Amino acid sequence: MEKFIFYFLAAAIIGFSVMTVTTRKILHAATYLLFVLVATAFLYFLLNYNFLGAVQLTVYSGGVIVLIVFAVLLTARMDHRLEKVPVMKSVIAGLASLLGAFITLYAFFTFPFKGSGNAAGAYDVHEIGTKLVSYGDAGYVLPFEVISILLLAALIGAIMVAKNFRTDD
Amino acid sequence: MIEGIGVNDFLVVSTIMFFLGVYGFLVRKNLITLLMSVELILNSANINFVVFNKYLFPDMMQGYMFSLFVIGIAAAEAAVAIAIILNVYRNLKDINVEHLDTMKH
Repeated sequence: MEKFIFYFLAAAIIGFSVMTVTTRKILHAATYLLFVLVATAFLYFLLNYNFLGAVQLTVYSGGVIVLIVFAVLLTARMDHRLEKVPVMKSVIAGLASLLGAFITLYAFFTFPFKGSGNAAGAYDVHEIGTKLVSYGDAGYVLPFEVISILLLAALIGAIMVAKNFRTDD
Repeated sequence: MIEGIGVNDFLVVSTIMFFLGVYGFLVRKNLITLLMSVELILNSANINFVVFNKYLFPDMMQGYMFSLFVIGIAAAEAAVAIAIILNVYRNLKDINVEHLDTMKH
């Protein structure tokens, strides 16, 4: 059963990714990207990583997509269609991507991944929270603090960039 | 861990998603669609982190934690990028990358 859910989610992710990069209506592209991110969140749920799936749903498909849709609505008209990609350009980009994909997949399939076998269940939120602020062995307080500084900088930077400074000239 | 699904099955999905993002980055010209391609790329890297954590090192949490951090960084990056895009649009009335050459020369 889980196998079929995985195949369904994989097909959804790949199909909607293709539509995201090929559709000519920009708002449709944002919607397909939303479907890709939601399918990824369900992939995390399928792997029993419930907190990560919830974060993916709220931050990514909730926050980032809303930001992108706002940007689309502020910069493009509703009936605006992106121009057609020239055939030559699309062929070259497609060949480059295919080549990269084949090299990567070849590396993946020839590398002997050795799992440790005992797949633990889900981590509970208590464990994640403790690890996140622990400064002992395998604690993550340094990246946690760094990302908090980064988020503050991004907040101030976004306000400074987007603020309408009136220049009287 | 899913019965009958190995690491490689997940890696195929994330690789295809990554290179679709690369394809989109190469052919698109609108700044917002470029941002969407970057989101695809980041998301596929995230899937790799999670799957390596789940299948190869389930007793450690590195992949899990770093996918959390990647999600946070992606959100910050999207916010700043959209602020820049809106500012560019307000000043130049266009967000096609081929027309944005005012500061080039």
